[in-house]
Amino acid sequence: MLTFTIRRLVLAVPTLVFISLVIFLLLELAPGDPMAQVPLTVPPEVKERMREALGLGQPWPIRYWKWLVQFFWIEPQVMIDWMFGTTFSANDLRVISWQTRSPVMDIVVQRMPQTLWVVGTAYIVGILIALPIGIYSAYRQYSWFDNAGTFVTMVGFSVPPFFSGVLVIVIFSVQLGWFPSIYDTTHRVTDWDSFVVQLQQMVMPVMVLALQITSQMSRFMRASMLDNLNQDYVRTARAKGLGERTVVLVHVLRNSMIPVVTVIAIGIPAIFGGAIITEQVFKVNGIGQLLITAIEANDLPMVQTLTFIFAVLIVFFNLIADILYGILDPRIRYD
Amino acid sequence: MTEPVPANPTPQPGIVEVTPTRPPRSQWAEVWQQLKSHKGAMAGAFLFVFILLSVTIGPLIWRVDPQFLPQGRDFINLRDTRPIYTALWDSGAKVNWAHPLGTDNLGRDTLARLMAGGRVSIAVGLTAMVLSILLGTLIGVVAGFFKRLDGPLMRLADLFFALPLLPMILVAALLFREPLSQTFGPEGGIFILIVALIGITSWMQTARIVRGDVLALKEREFVLAARSVGTTPVKLMLRHLLPNVLSPIMVSATLGIATAIITESALSFLGFGFPPDFPTWGRLLNDSVDRMVLYPERVVWPGLLISLTVLSVNYLGDGLRDALDPRIRGR
Repeated sequence: MLTFTIRRLVLAVPTLVFISLVIFLLLELAPGDPMAQVPLTVPPEVKERMREALGLGQPWPIRYWKWLVQFFWIEPQVMIDWMFGTTFSANDLRVISWQTRSPVMDIVVQRMPQTLWVVGTAYIVGILIALPIGIYSAYRQYSWFDNAGTFVTMVGFSVPPFFSGVLVIVIFSVQLGWFPSIYDTTHRVTDWDSFVVQLQQMVMPVMVLALQITSQMSRFMRASMLDNLNQDYVRTARAKGLGERTVVLVHVLRNSMIPVVTVIAIGIPAIFGGAIITEQVFKVNGIGQLLITAIEANDLPMVQTLTFIFAVLIVFFNLIADILYGILDPRIRYD
Repeated sequence: MTEPVPANPTPQPGIVEVTPTRPPRSQWAEVWQQLKSHKGAMAGAFLFVFILLSVTIGPLIWRVDPQFLPQGRDFINLRDTRPIYTALWDSGAKVNWAHPLGTDNLGRDTLARLMAGGRVSIAVGLTAMVLSILLGTLIGVVAGFFKRLDGPLMRLADLFFALPLLPMILVAALLFREPLSQTFGPEGGIFILIVALIGITSWMQTARIVRGDVLALKEREFVLAARSVGTTPVKLMLRHLLPNVLSPIMVSATLGIATAIITESALSFLGFGFPPDFPTWGRLLNDSVDRMVLYPERVVWPGLLISLTVLSVNYLGDGLRDALDPRIRGR
């Protein structure tokens, strides 16, 4: 198991470097000019020097190498400095956003809490709803509950978030006036009342996201439970006189959770990636919204760094899922 | 097989001879029989065909130009018309029988725009699905068949799985918009761009399934038999392997339509899709969000149509998966 983990970790490095190169080369084709916003009265030689100050004007392999160094060597140092108060990265040049002229990672750290709050809560809520639905649907297969559950999950799959989001805004904030339609990120939770306001503004985005997560997870849970319910060990457990509750909730559930847990792990990068569309609908200024504005503003270092962070998370959590599979299921041995 | 079979077997006591009650049928007749009994799949199929017909034949019956802009006084009279059903609860609403679903803020007919938008959305969905299935099947069959190519191709699939796809699609949609628009015209260029982007980023699942099936089929006797009579690898793949992996391909094709339609609408919704004067369902929805408080129907209709189309296709795919699975068939 340990050798497998180490081997996969080592293999992940070239994969990630290759992915970063792919992203870099794709962005290299971008037609936009970061100097487009500079007034026309600025003389061309000054513009040229500004361009060089942004790190442009050199061939792409050098710029790619500089980005690699900044991302893998300087940014971790900044993080260590921030945590322990050291000064490793005192004079080093960090990855700078073209929009704000401030370090990309600082902006990411600013935006992360909003995304984690909204999307993370939705993920937990979605899973907590999905698991009981999936278990009961499988236990009473083809009952009215199962059919209704199938229909609801199908609808959850099919209604895109930009429609369900707009729909809940029309219903709950325009017609009923229960919840605000715009997520206020400057809101601080200090006492009970402000906590209630925070809850109110979180309800709708969480609802929209949780519907999607619930539909996927409950389908998965149901399929996994169905696979296990007809196995011989279930009959054995019943035959030795165990109660139905023990058979289903201990024996079958534990085995069915194996693939579900790995699917949950694979879904985690999506939390950090933010729900691009849902954040756009509810005006949550999280990571997804940051990415969209960066793409629209041609802020290449920001797009490059954000996309690469997503890729790192995807690779990392895929690895975690594989390892979890091996730990949870003793039949699977990678060595 | 080698035992001599008696010419006239005497019926043994205790053994009831089972005679087939119905003539043998082909595999596809069985599948159709199973699919017919799946209520959800049939409802989905009918709904999808209905939507398909209304966006293709509809404009021939409802002959209103979706791009027609009324001028002068007509513009004031015809713009912002509500759907006729609003008169049921709001007698003062501005309705017009000439525009059953109302008009937008420029006086264009909503029904005609919905049909035109549906044409584009469904066309994008179908074309992107075909591209993704072709790519996925090609890569899957080649990876499964040629051992040497298996490793590299599957690593490529892993790489695509590890890429954050929606951000990449957004970036690429912005990058290649201008050159393609100049070559193929604004609408054709964006169509090619979106179809290509969706196709290139969604082939991996099909490729994996097909590769797995081909790997298993390759070891079967009929492949050996075909090889022994001198069938070339290409013919072997086309005639012997492909027909046997058709069922998973069909399922992922059906489900692929749904994802493609959703991705296209999401791109249009985020403003990275078709140009503003070119209606698609996602675009119509995006354009109406600003006025959804006053005119909720402009948001609800395109959204409802996207959802219904995707829902019907998903139900069809679900039923097809059950019907094509021989373990479930006949239950």
